Amino acid sequence: MIVATVALERPHAETYLSAGTTARSWLLTTDHKRIGILYMVSITLMFLVGGVAATFMRITLLSPGGGVVAMETYNKLFTIHGVIMVWFFLIPSIPSVLGNFVLPMMLGARDVAFPRLNLASWYIFLAGSLFLLWTVVTGGVDTGWTFYTPYSTQYATSRVVSTTLGVFIVGFSSILTGLNFIVTTHRMRAPGLTWFRLPLFVWSLYATSLILVLATPVLGITLILVTIERWLGIGIFDPALGGDPLLFQHLFWFYSHPAVYIMILPGMGVISELIPTFSRKRLFGYTFVAGASIAIAVLGFLVWGHHMFTAGMSTHAALVFSMLSYLVAIPSAIKVFNWTATLYRGAVSFETPMLYAIGFIGLFTTGGMTGLFLASLAVDVHVTDTYFVIAHFHYIMVGGMVTAYMGGLHYWWPKISGRMYPENLGRLAAMTIFLGFNLTFFPQYILGYLGMPRRYAGYPPEFQVLNVLSTAGASILAVGYALPLAYLLWSLRYGERAGANPWGGTTLEWTTSSPPPEHNFEHTPIVTHGPYDYVRGPQGD
Amino acid sequence: MANIRVADRHAPAPQFDDLVQQREAAALGMWVFLVTEVMLFGGLFTVYTVYRWLHHPAFVEGSHHMALIAGAVNTAVLIASSFTMAQAVQRAQRGLRRGLLGFLASTALLGVVFLGLKAYEYWSHYAEGLVPGSPWTYAGPHSGPLQSFFFLYFAMTGLHAVHLTVGVGLVTGLIVLARRRRFTAAYHTPVEVIGLYWHLIDVIWVFLFPLFYLIG
Amino acid sequence: MADRVSPTRTNLMVFIGLLALTLATTLIARVDLGVWHLPVALAIAAAKTLLIALYFMHLRWSPGLLGLVALGAVLWLAILLGGSMDDYATRIWLLPSGR
Repeated sequence: MIVATVALERPHAETYLSAGTTARSWLLTTDHKRIGILYMVSITLMFLVGGVAATFMRITLLSPGGGVVAMETYNKLFTIHGVIMVWFFLIPSIPSVLGNFVLPMMLGARDVAFPRLNLASWYIFLAGSLFLLWTVVTGGVDTGWTFYTPYSTQYATSRVVSTTLGVFIVGFSSILTGLNFIVTTHRMRAPGLTWFRLPLFVWSLYATSLILVLATPVLGITLILVTIERWLGIGIFDPALGGDPLLFQHLFWFYSHPAVYIMILPGMGVISELIPTFSRKRLFGYTFVAGASIAIAVLGFLVWGHHMFTAGMSTHAALVFSMLSYLVAIPSAIKVFNWTATLYRGAVSFETPMLYAIGFIGLFTTGGMTGLFLASLAVDVHVTDTYFVIAHFHYIMVGGMVTAYMGGLHYWWPKISGRMYPENLGRLAAMTIFLGFNLTFFPQYILGYLGMPRRYAGYPPEFQVLNVLSTAGASILAVGYALPLAYLLWSLRYGERAGANPWGGTTLEWTTSSPPPEHNFEHTPIVTHGPYDYVRGPQGD
Repeated sequence: MANIRVADRHAPAPQFDDLVQQREAAALGMWVFLVTEVMLFGGLFTVYTVYRWLHHPAFVEGSHHMALIAGAVNTAVLIASSFTMAQAVQRAQRGLRRGLLGFLASTALLGVVFLGLKAYEYWSHYAEGLVPGSPWTYAGPHSGPLQSFFFLYFAMTGLHAVHLTVGVGLVTGLIVLARRRRFTAAYHTPVEVIGLYWHLIDVIWVFLFPLFYLIG
Repeated sequence: MADRVSPTRTNLMVFIGLLALTLATTLIARVDLGVWHLPVALAIAAAKTLLIALYFMHLRWSPGLLGLVALGAVLWLAILLGGSMDDYATRIWLLPSGR
């Protein structure tokens, strides 16, 4: 049974977009919705920089002898690609863009708990980005995004310090966002909105925020240690002074493994919104999916050693980390089962967001399964530091996370902008991305298994065909990403005006106009039931 | 913004429904921030733990170079400052402005005393050539790992001192606001949350003291 | 943090307790306790932390959530220390035969 949606849109009413049109009103805003848009612009720019680096990499890999760029330059390309994509695109994307915009509304709140801290987090992001851009234009950095010592601290001659400082700074942006979300979720829910009536996107953002505040500080202090060792020449990880380079890796991965869950959990949260909405069916196993989000956040902290199996760690520790790595796959699998079960006998429709959601389920599952191969000690010895690992994490991060971001962007675009995007172009782009993505990265599983190492500018000639396929796929993928950039911008002026609830969603953000008024709701909603109830309809009045 | 001198009149920020929600949000926010501080120092505690495990004799040697009296006195000073801070919060809760100002000033003063004593310790180590980076002139046993010990000493107590300095600045800010009668029994949230921050600085020192001054 | 006001007497007693524990840890350090040296020092530090957290930081009278947050910090530090030390403490275990 479908509840008729009433268009609350009154074209001449004051919205958050029309409340103030000066640059100052944007740059000094404390409105979470505007801050979400500020982040959207920034991370898109950084995505382009990281994408340019990838483009040059894939062009170089067209021929076995490399040659398009010098080997030293290639090292800088993959480093910058990794650093920017991880810290300046993936980690902020869904939380700082979609989360900032949607979370307070899903809670029935007027804003986050600390709006000025929210604005500060964006300026901090900008400051960190400036350090990175300075790195790029003054010669780049070539340590790999993982900054392993002693190369990063003693031997590299590239811009290590400006990079580590840039990442250190942007870490505070993460921490403030996580802190804000935690306090907002605990203290600012609308009347009647109990924890188990929360949308699953909120649960995912909450779990993500736990990781943000617990893990990021460790990265912060680790990068400071690298900076000090490099600047002052003090051997913190230097064996000559009794130090251990592996200690750097423990500290680095203690953050960086949970970081991958920072990246994927919000994506899973988006999928948990898209699947019920476009199946017109309540999400199967709500409690399990909510619990799985928390389980992923917690278990994700116990597995970091699986990045160090071949680095010289003790066998005992390797066994423990391997076993725990198998464990962490379980809550992810639970989510996949529950999404699939939701689809079963649902009234499924295939609008653009749903295409991305279904793509996510397939690509994330594939990527996740290859994670299990890597968790096995015996297999990992063979495939670690090869393209197998690269394919694994790109399936999850690009096939999963970026796909989810695109899905969420399209889903909430009407709410954010008050406009619909062109649906046919949306579907075309989604399918182009799916095709381009698989062509780019599936060959890389094979390449890695056959032994092609990562971070090499050249390779044995017998690997050329697969590399060429991968580069071809990348060019298709680029077109796929360019399309939304173009038509979403186009829609701001020429898109069909959207009603309050174009998708028939049941969460609170759909009960207010598109775009929303500055304070989100005319009156604070009173919540009487859980989300995804297509019989009773939206959660609030 | 009018200079409001009427007691107990203070509107919550627009995103909050009332002062209670605002205060509870501030408290939770500060506690979450304190968790991030624990994890920040936690990275250094990890380096300490690993290197002490690997090089215990060097760490024992290092501890003998510490000025035990200075360390113990500083510990007492910081504990006293936690006491005065707790009293400041209590006076704020009771709306007693004079007591609040007095205890805040004592807290800041004790913080400065701590920093002064720390500076003296740093200077003595420098004079003995025990600062890695500046000429390390120690020629005794375990020189390599001893540098790690001293690096950790300066890094951890240094990071602590930076946080303490920020704390002194914040408490000074509270004094300025309190003098302008900005706090009442109904509204004194900044005093409470900065108090929480101050106490964490004390807790961190409570661990640093035995770990550097009392090894074996 | 709650509406409850902590009386001066309570704060004073905690203060004295903290000073006493500081004296204790300083004196005990001079006694040769062998392997128990570190655990005892950490236990005393933990006791001081508990006093500060419960009384000065008002955890005793605060919503349970804040206590959980504090516990979370301790737990996560333990995970970091535990996981790292598992590696270092077992480097010589389970070596392949022939080493």
